[in-house]
Amino acid sequence: MEKVLIRFTLNGKKVTSAIDPRWSLADLLRGGEHKHTGTKKSCEVGECGACTVIINDETYNSCIYLAIWADGKSIRTIEGLTGENGELSDIQQAFVDEGAIQCGFCTPGFIMSSLPILESGREYTRDEIRKLLSGNLCRCTGYKNIIDAVEKTMKARLEKKQQL
Amino acid sequence: MFDIKDIYEAKSVKDAVSHLEAHPNAKIIAGGSDVLIKIREGKLAGCELVSIFKLDELRGVELTMQGDIKIKPLTSFSHITNDPVIKRYVGVLGEAVDQVGGPQIRNIGTIGGNICNGVTSADSASTLFAFDAEVEITGSEGTRLIPIKDFYKGPGQVDLKPAEILTAIYVRKASYEGYFGSYIKYSMRKAMDIATLGCSVNVKLTEDKKAFEDIRIAFGVAGPVPMRSPSAESAGRGKKINAELIESIGKAALEDVNPRTSWRASREFRLQLVEELTKRALKKSIELAGGAY
Ligand code: FES
Ligand code: FES
Repeated sequence: MEKVLIRFTLNGKKVTSAIDPRWSLADLLRGGEHKHTGTKKSCEVGECGACTVIINDETYNSCIYLAIWADGKSIRTIEGLTGENGELSDIQQAFVDEGAIQCGFCTPGFIMSSLPILESGREYTRDEIRKLLSGNLCRCTGYKNIIDAVEKTMKARLEKKQQL
Repeated sequence: MFDIKDIYEAKSVKDAVSHLEAHPNAKIIAGGSDVLIKIREGKLAGCELVSIFKLDELRGVELTMQGDIKIKPLTSFSHITNDPVIKRYVGVLGEAVDQVGGPQIRNIGTIGGNICNGVTSADSASTLFAFDAEVEITGSEGTRLIPIKDFYKGPGQVDLKPAEILTAIYVRKASYEGYFGSYIKYSMRKAMDIATLGCSVNVKLTEDKKAFEDIRIAFGVAGPVPMRSPSAESAGRGKKINAELIESIGKAALEDVNPRTSWRASREFRLQLVEELTKRALKKSIELAGGAY
């Protein structure tokens, strides 16, 4: 199929991409010129959340989002979280510290799903966090450590905000 | 990569309709959480698509001059739940669609897609039935307006002719004003699951809050398409509220439903749910309306 040109913002940078209209956004991020392979593909039918990215401030499964729809959108992936020299962000570090990562395949998706919680400036209960992460599956950790990592980062950020 | 033969991005509703007329085999894709999965599963492999996803004219909720609620079909579930008009006047609809899938699915899934699929389990459908919603359908000859109960023709079948598009869902002022409702979804998992049974109830109480002025009860998965229960409604309408009455309304609902046995649940279990969820949703609605039982 003939390629089409789309423009979008990827982790704050304006980019242009020639894409096959049959691609999913996950295909574009991983296989296009950006090679952002931090976004994982697992079920590819919107069940597991491994491919979660943020589009205009909302979480989406990039495996069931057409790449052509990304035109004009602002997209954030896990690659956008680390510092210039690969330093981990607070939420990534919390996942490491809390043992919320085993095989790690679900981790980028969980972290992207947790960003709206962390960036809302609001305190969520554990049940609310569970609900907001319910579109992500993990086959290794048993979830508790993941919720711990998100809750800990949420509290740390709220405390920091209060001190300001 | 999806197995798609061709995909066209519509520029407007009119453009979508004329493209569909020229390509009678093309399927409409809105948020894609149903269509793209069917393509992945091979059920729609090699299809032609017309994407209406980028038509922002079909997005959002409005209160019309007459006080009717106009829901445009591409409004995502999460936007319905957070919409101030929905929250204020038909909060139960926001609560119902907040039980679809998980957060990512609620961000992409659209209310229009939910009803155009024609499936009985659609979380939005029973509540729209319970509020006598009307749907607006646009084709090359203009628009037509039909009650949602006539829109559903059979399992997976809705009254959309080739080259017609759902362009609005209306909940009339007379249908929501003074009514308080509750939706209960019974499913095995709290998230990422479809309803074993869904029950949406709304009530309007008399001024002294002691009797039902009106009562409406609708179900999903209690038959091949979403449905109302006229027997249960007339068992309650105009009657004084008490525990006995609620029991009898629950029983009366059994006269109208016809659930089937599937791998998810047996017919018998679903019948039990019909009775029990009717009573629970009724009690909750009475409480919301300021009454007691
Ligand atoms: S890979 Fe996208 S939801 Fe599983
Ligand atoms: S750490 Fe292995 S799937 Fe979550």
